[in-house]
Amino acid sequence: MLSEQIIGGFSSPVFDAQSTFRALMDAFARPGSIHAIKAGTQPPPSLSAGAAAVALTLCDNDTPLWLDAALQGAVVSGWLGFHSGAAVAATPADAHFALVADTANLIALDNFAQGTQEYPDRSTTLVLQVASLTSGEPLVLEGPGTNGMASLAPTPLPRHFIEQWKQNNARFPRGVDLVLVAPEGVACLPRTTRIGIVRA
Amino acid sequence: MSTSLKGENAPEIAAYNFAYLDEQTKRMIRRAILKGIAIPGYQVPFASREMPMPYGWGTGGVQVTAAIIGPEDVLKVIDQGADDTTNAVSIRNFFRKVADVETTTETARATIIQTRHRIPETPLREGQTLVYQVPIPEPLRFLEPRETETRKMHALEEYGLMHVKLYEDIARHGHIATTYAYPVKVEGRYVMDPSPTPKFDNPKMHMSPALQLFGAGREKRIYAIPPFTEVVSLDFEDHPFEIQKFDRPCALCGAEQVYLDEVLLDDRGGRMFVCSDTDHCETRRAAGHVGELGAKEAAQ
Repeated sequence: MLSEQIIGGFSSPVFDAQSTFRALMDAFARPGSIHAIKAGTQPPPSLSAGAAAVALTLCDNDTPLWLDAALQGAVVSGWLGFHSGAAVAATPADAHFALVADTANLIALDNFAQGTQEYPDRSTTLVLQVASLTSGEPLVLEGPGTNGMASLAPTPLPRHFIEQWKQNNARFPRGVDLVLVAPEGVACLPRTTRIGIVRA
Repeated sequence: MSTSLKGENAPEIAAYNFAYLDEQTKRMIRRAILKGIAIPGYQVPFASREMPMPYGWGTGGVQVTAAIIGPEDVLKVIDQGADDTTNAVSIRNFFRKVADVETTTETARATIIQTRHRIPETPLREGQTLVYQVPIPEPLRFLEPRETETRKMHALEEYGLMHVKLYEDIARHGHIATTYAYPVKVEGRYVMDPSPTPKFDNPKMHMSPALQLFGAGREKRIYAIPPFTEVVSLDFEDHPFEIQKFDRPCALCGAEQVYLDEVLLDDRGGRMFVCSDTDHCETRRAAGHVGELGAKEAAQ
């Protein structure tokens, strides 16, 4: 095993996981709001520190992980395996979590586990690394937690994202949830959030 | 004796993890909480653990609180509105011991409020989290005992049975006689049990700025209402939902439009009605508000 797979986990696993989880919980509860991730990690290249913190907070040997092409390879999966115990999922439909570095070229959202009508919680949560949450095209967010209206401007986004997200909304209560991780923090789009675009 | 096993100079070894639960259990509960927030009102199954207190004493709420609490949190625990009853005191002491967090009885100061069967009278604010202890999370359970069937009913959004139950109330009593655990519909989709809070508190759940988390330990379910979410109490056009009304103010602080508890004073039928929310009552009395019996006490 390479040393870069071993170094760089949470320095204080209990409190780093707790503070990262609270950022995630607040971000899920109030879509559009951005929460800084205070816990530091030094993951291998191509996996961002924020996405790594989210993975170490939520993943373990109960949660198969799907990695996109940019993250596939022994180094990242070895690092995640060593620090979290999570195994790599064979297909996106088997994944509890998906880690995505190349968000612009993400495969369609309906490839991932959507849950069932009886158990809609059995769906994939996607962790998407993005360059920014504030400098993209502004999205208008509506739904639970937005208090009427909230906004977010993440970039880049997956192809045909607005249309894909409408389809995701239509599958409710089934569907995937998104965690967007940028250098400035984390924001979430749970499946209940509806998205519109601001036209200038 | 455990002390005899320790060497003279052996360092203190922590007997348990921060906030009692081990990290893998916290991750499992945290994943369930996020799913619950993403699907408002849906009951997420989770692998509930044994806690150092019996089922029925708030093990679900305790596990949710343990999974979210951090060193910077300020915790308030209430039982039927009161900060000073056995269940509330012991859970507060539990977290003071295992998480070393600050505790309070003031609603406004708390970041996490664990509750059994009440929502505080002081309006909650954004950033606060209300954690409910839930005995029976399934609102349809007493109408349909089979989990396979209730799960199917939620999947198909088939809630006719619940309306039949409320209708039978009207047929028998002339009004909807359900007074606590009054079913609500969350964001127009899932029918949810608000836990055995009096229906007086149902309107406070609607568009609340606080995050509401529900933990049922014995039944192994977690569910949630995100902030600013539509929560509608089920009713009929000709029998609209109504909350309890009290014909007198609190005997100690004179508060109106609050939920009152009946307290027996003697064995000759003497009784008084006082705020169920002890913090609300104490804050009002400290501010100089005096009720009927409070005034008598002062005069004596």
